Amino acid sequence: MSDDDAACPLPASRYERVVLGHGSGGRLSADLLADVFLAGYGDRGPDAREDSATLAVEAGRIALTTDAFVVHPRVFPGGDLGALAVYGTVNDLAVSGAVPRWLTAAFVIEEGLEVAELAALVASMRAACERADVTLVAGDTKVVDRGKGDGVFVTTTGVGVIPPGRSLSATAARPGDAVLVSGTMGDHGIAILSVREGLTLEGPVRSDAAPLASLVEAVLAAAPDARCLRDPTRGGLASTLNELAGASAVGIELDEPAVPVGDAVRGACEILGLDPLHVANEGKLVAIVPESSADAALSAMRAHPLGERAARVGRVVESRPGTVVLRTALGTRRVLSMLSGEALPRIC
Amino acid sequence: MIGAMCLGIPGRIVDLEDDRGLRMGRVEFGAIRREVCLEYVPDAQPGDWVLVHVGFALSRIDEAEASRIFELLEQMGELEEGA
Amino acid sequence: MRYLDEYRDADAVRAIAAAIHEATTRPWVIMEVCGGQTHSIVRYGLDTLLPDAIELVHGPGCPVCVTPLTMIDRAHAIAAREGVVFCSFGDMLRVPGSRGDLLSRKSEGADVRVVYSPLDAVRLAEAHPDREVVFFAIGFETTSPANAMAVKVAARRGLTNFSMLVSHVLVPPVIDAMLDAGDNRVQAFLGPGHVCTVMGTRQYEAIAARHGVPIVISGFEPLDLLDGVRRAVIQLEAGEARVDNAYARAVRPDGNPASRAVVDEVFEVCDRDWRGVGPIAASGLRLRAAYRDHDAAARFAVEDLRTAEPAECISGRVLRGLAKPSDCPAFGTRCTPEHPLGATMVSSEGACAAYFAYRADDLVTLGGGAR
Repeated sequence: MSDDDAACPLPASRYERVVLGHGSGGRLSADLLADVFLAGYGDRGPDAREDSATLAVEAGRIALTTDAFVVHPRVFPGGDLGALAVYGTVNDLAVSGAVPRWLTAAFVIEEGLEVAELAALVASMRAACERADVTLVAGDTKVVDRGKGDGVFVTTTGVGVIPPGRSLSATAARPGDAVLVSGTMGDHGIAILSVREGLTLEGPVRSDAAPLASLVEAVLAAAPDARCLRDPTRGGLASTLNELAGASAVGIELDEPAVPVGDAVRGACEILGLDPLHVANEGKLVAIVPESSADAALSAMRAHPLGERAARVGRVVESRPGTVVLRTALGTRRVLSMLSGEALPRIC
Repeated sequence: MIGAMCLGIPGRIVDLEDDRGLRMGRVEFGAIRREVCLEYVPDAQPGDWVLVHVGFALSRIDEAEASRIFELLEQMGELEEGA
Repeated sequence: MRYLDEYRDADAVRAIAAAIHEATTRPWVIMEVCGGQTHSIVRYGLDTLLPDAIELVHGPGCPVCVTPLTMIDRAHAIAAREGVVFCSFGDMLRVPGSRGDLLSRKSEGADVRVVYSPLDAVRLAEAHPDREVVFFAIGFETTSPANAMAVKVAARRGLTNFSMLVSHVLVPPVIDAMLDAGDNRVQAFLGPGHVCTVMGTRQYEAIAARHGVPIVISGFEPLDLLDGVRRAVIQLEAGEARVDNAYARAVRPDGNPASRAVVDEVFEVCDRDWRGVGPIAASGLRLRAAYRDHDAAARFAVEDLRTAEPAECISGRVLRGLAKPSDCPAFGTRCTPEHPLGATMVSSEGACAAYFAYRADDLVTLGGGAR
């Protein structure tokens, strides 16, 4: 927390709770905007005098992405809705090879939400924007009747700029390529579920929510010929690898014992009957790189604070295109499908 | 949640609690702790391992029996080396 | 994790698999009873470690799969009632009735909650005295002590808003029925390990003797299942037909008498309809008359249940080991975990669902099972 934050307490508002009038576009809306949003975003926020943000961007390609965030509970070990709303979108830009620059944030708030909670959410987004080095340039707020909204939903859209010469694509994987992950799988999903299911954890499992752009840059610097990058969110590593195998029309062989999984996550998965490979992550990278660049990419990951437990976990093969085959700890093989049986709702 | 119906997980009793006459306890599964009903294992004490199904301990895990298969494996290993 | 990791050790598993290879001289058909055992076999590819002569067939031990359609429809009708909080294990959420599933009811406004333990449902009833809390009590004998205790506790605490919709099923009658059927191929069983922690092993002695089949009570981890197969093969090769307890770390011959006492107090044996198999006498449990106040079937009169079972489904044959999921023309196409047509695809423990997730028939053996 910087000195500025220490000197600047949570913004004041005349209302303790959000009321319908806050979404009507009139005086109350303007007050909420000024008191909570603009005051909270600080220098990471928009110029609210204009209807649109106008941005100068260098020639070339931009990356554009959007995501809605409905995670429940809104606050969990290691993060909250606000952090997710920033990192989730920023990371989609980063894995496309773009440098994330700008975000928008639209809020749908349920009448009755405590303003203090909204302010905390905004503060969290501000800190996340700081960490991800992006600016929130536009936003919107609507309020719905009590009972129609479950607190607050946030949708963020992100814009990034792609440096020339980069081409990452889900269709680019080739037989012989190496499959790498940047760290432990399943942390985020289990952090959420542990709160929902009332699991007491010895040391709580913390969500891994984090901005991945600098890790991506490190990997691309070491392996400029990387084929594709993904952040394995909903559906976990299994779903991401299945998507990539399908998109590139290749097979992927995954070595189960090589996939890093934290002990607490492993234990929680046992109790809940889940497979860590199907559980969401919010601060991890999957990278498919040519074999010749694999060692360099792995070293680069491990040298980065977010990639300490990076590991080589599999390889791309020609056989059984579109299918991921798992080699279990017993040395047997089976297909690792996208389906996990029960979907885990509202993880992000 | 896959396989919840047959799911019986071994856990270690950490402490005992009473919920209005119902014998309960906190049980540790790896790094996770959960509240479990211990009515059906009245002799089980903190430190004991139990098999838990849908929030109820159904039996105590017998350590001696648990090692049997590994003793067998050791014997098999010895037989192999001797062959 | 202790008592789990060591039973997944690759070297140990390989050594037992090697012992099975050595012991097997002829083809044998072995059935594992429990859905959880099926799941483990397919998830770890254990059948690929066995000699080709051993055929593992998957049994009817998936309580979700065998819950009759009328019971599912009744559950859905109750869940749709105003003022009801319908609680169930996660497994039941997506089980299709004649019209949609519990999730559909939820989207239509029903208050459907997933609970981990039946005591959670009792707590809900205490917390919401103005609502009717109904718990869907399905399961084999393993779950009956928990469900019985929940009813006892509710009665003891004077809760008037807690009831259970009971559809318990018992293992020995369905094994008997299967073995009595003319088309039975099963020569030995891996018995249900967790059921036996409650019931003990004695019930299976009569079955083993009457039908001349070895029954090896087995656990759920790779080492447990392979050791179960090893012991079954040894008996088969020697022409024996005994009950062998290979899960002695958790199963006592007499099971857990304290839990059975509570079950006997609350439930009584009744006839039960098994989805995919048909009616089996004395194969289920229902609440005793004394606990009628907590019986959701009595409490909520549900009229006009018109059930419609998809004609294509071959669950019955799959549950008895007469067909593999991949034998079904609808498997993976018209029938998937997302849109299940019948019993064995509805739960992730069902053979069809397990095959679909892990595509067992597609498996490539890595170096076989021997040393």
